[in-house]
Amino acid sequence: MKNKILVSFQDFVRSPMGQKTQAATEIGWEYVLDSCQAIGRTMLAFFAAVGRLTVFILQSVWYSLLPPYYARHIFRQFIDIGYYSLPVVGMTALFTGMVLALQSYTGFTRFNAESAIAGVVVLSVTRELSPVLAGLMVAGRVGAAIAAEIGTMRVTEQIDALKTLSVNPFQYLIAPRLIAGTLMLPILVLIGDIIGVFGGYAVAIYALDFSPGSYLSQTWDILESIDVVSGLIKAAAFGLLVSMMGCYHGYNSGRGAQGVGQATTNAVVSASILILIFNYILTQIFFS
Amino acid sequence: MTDSPVTAACKIRAAQQDLPAKLQLCGVRKRFGRNDVLRGVDLTVPAGKSLVVIGGSGTGKSVMIKCILGLIAPDEGSILVDGEETVNIDGKARSRMMSRFGMLFQGAALFDSLKVWENVAFGLIHGRHVEKEQARQTALEKIRAVGLKEEVGDLFPAELSGGMQKRVGLARAIAANPEIIFFDEPTTGLDPIMADVINGLIVDCVTDLGATALSITHDMASARKIADYVAMIHEGHIIWHGPIADLDNSGSAYVEQFIHGRAEGPIAVNK
Repeated sequence: MKNKILVSFQDFVRSPMGQKTQAATEIGWEYVLDSCQAIGRTMLAFFAAVGRLTVFILQSVWYSLLPPYYARHIFRQFIDIGYYSLPVVGMTALFTGMVLALQSYTGFTRFNAESAIAGVVVLSVTRELSPVLAGLMVAGRVGAAIAAEIGTMRVTEQIDALKTLSVNPFQYLIAPRLIAGTLMLPILVLIGDIIGVFGGYAVAIYALDFSPGSYLSQTWDILESIDVVSGLIKAAAFGLLVSMMGCYHGYNSGRGAQGVGQATTNAVVSASILILIFNYILTQIFFS
Repeated sequence: MTDSPVTAACKIRAAQQDLPAKLQLCGVRKRFGRNDVLRGVDLTVPAGKSLVVIGGSGTGKSVMIKCILGLIAPDEGSILVDGEETVNIDGKARSRMMSRFGMLFQGAALFDSLKVWENVAFGLIHGRHVEKEQARQTALEKIRAVGLKEEVGDLFPAELSGGMQKRVGLARAIAANPEIIFFDEPTTGLDPIMADVINGLIVDCVTDLGATALSITHDMASARKIADYVAMIHEGHIIWHGPIADLDNSGSAYVEQFIHGRAEGPIAVNK
């Protein structure tokens, strides 16, 4: 019986119709296998990338805590990340505060709630806008610069040279940037808070004819320490994210100008997305 | 600690050499994805001698040297320095091993943000914690040793020509008086006269220090000038190894084709 079935199957395969069906089945299987392989490859690449990033983060944090500390480099990064970012963060905060006061006025006059403008400005600036916008600005300016600098060092073998000179690149290159990023962004945000609130105040007083005394007292009454502190903690987290992404993508940069360019783009995009995600998570933790 | 069978076998092999082996590679393999770069490299570098590894582009020369330096971890095999296993060591043991090495990179790999003297003194200050002023004096001495004026020490790498950068790279490689010096394509990108100057400096520095040298190059003029021994690598294997005097009578069709720069022969050229 089994032989009979086998013979008739072989006859079918030998027939023109059978050959076509068999060929179609083989092509179908190949397609399924190729698709499975592609999914598998993508998943493996994803997990490998997550693993690489996790190891990099752990190594970076570990070596940032261990001596030697390169004080001159840390100071230089304070200047690069903090001082040179001040104009862009200050301008962003100033105009954000101004626009916020203007837009709030447009909306709130419909409900005779103009007195809430001072509160909206100060809470929006300190809790959300100053840390997030400063984080995004620093990601564009500093994250890109870190990735480009370390990426160039990677492709010109300067990182290998560091290792051959018995210097740990994590301690020499990465730790100063992480420390400076984490400590400088809160200072930038604090300055941004003051400038942003001043921007709202200036528009309210000079363009919307508010009384300076009542605007300031409303601002002061509604502001609580948690509003500022939460913004500063967010800023520290964003500073760490920006410098970490810059260092990670630079350190793992591909070869040549294209590799460094790609690393720079990846650093800015990943830092920006992570800032928005962590902003939600931290807001949930602080204010839910 | 007990040696692994691979290390033990490699130590036996090193002990069987005519001259004491400073550096011994046994069955070193490295693969990147599907690309089998090193397919079991066996190589001996005698103490105090200069060995040059020749071979075409993409044959695994740079990967081999990076495996020895610990910049890349080999997948298999043993690498002994003075009989001490260096594969998979890290932390302080790796740092100690690195302090015995000097390396001249293909593009010099000078740190852009540092002055020339700081580049030369970098390993002394940060790797060996030498006082800054003392390190500066040593750096200036090494800068003079490679034929540059002291004033060059206060310039930045971007202000130097390619040949000067190579000299500074050489000064940095010898600054800490290493036992083993590696040269990665030391004359690539230089004009023939400057290449000869660099080759001469390499010979002088290695002789003065009494160091062991391992160079990789495809510049035959350079190989003839700096080598005591030559090895040829092809498709991830050492296919010929011998004294420089035997290079022209190697009996290997691969070596013949390579040293005479012929397109026809057993080495396939990707067109």
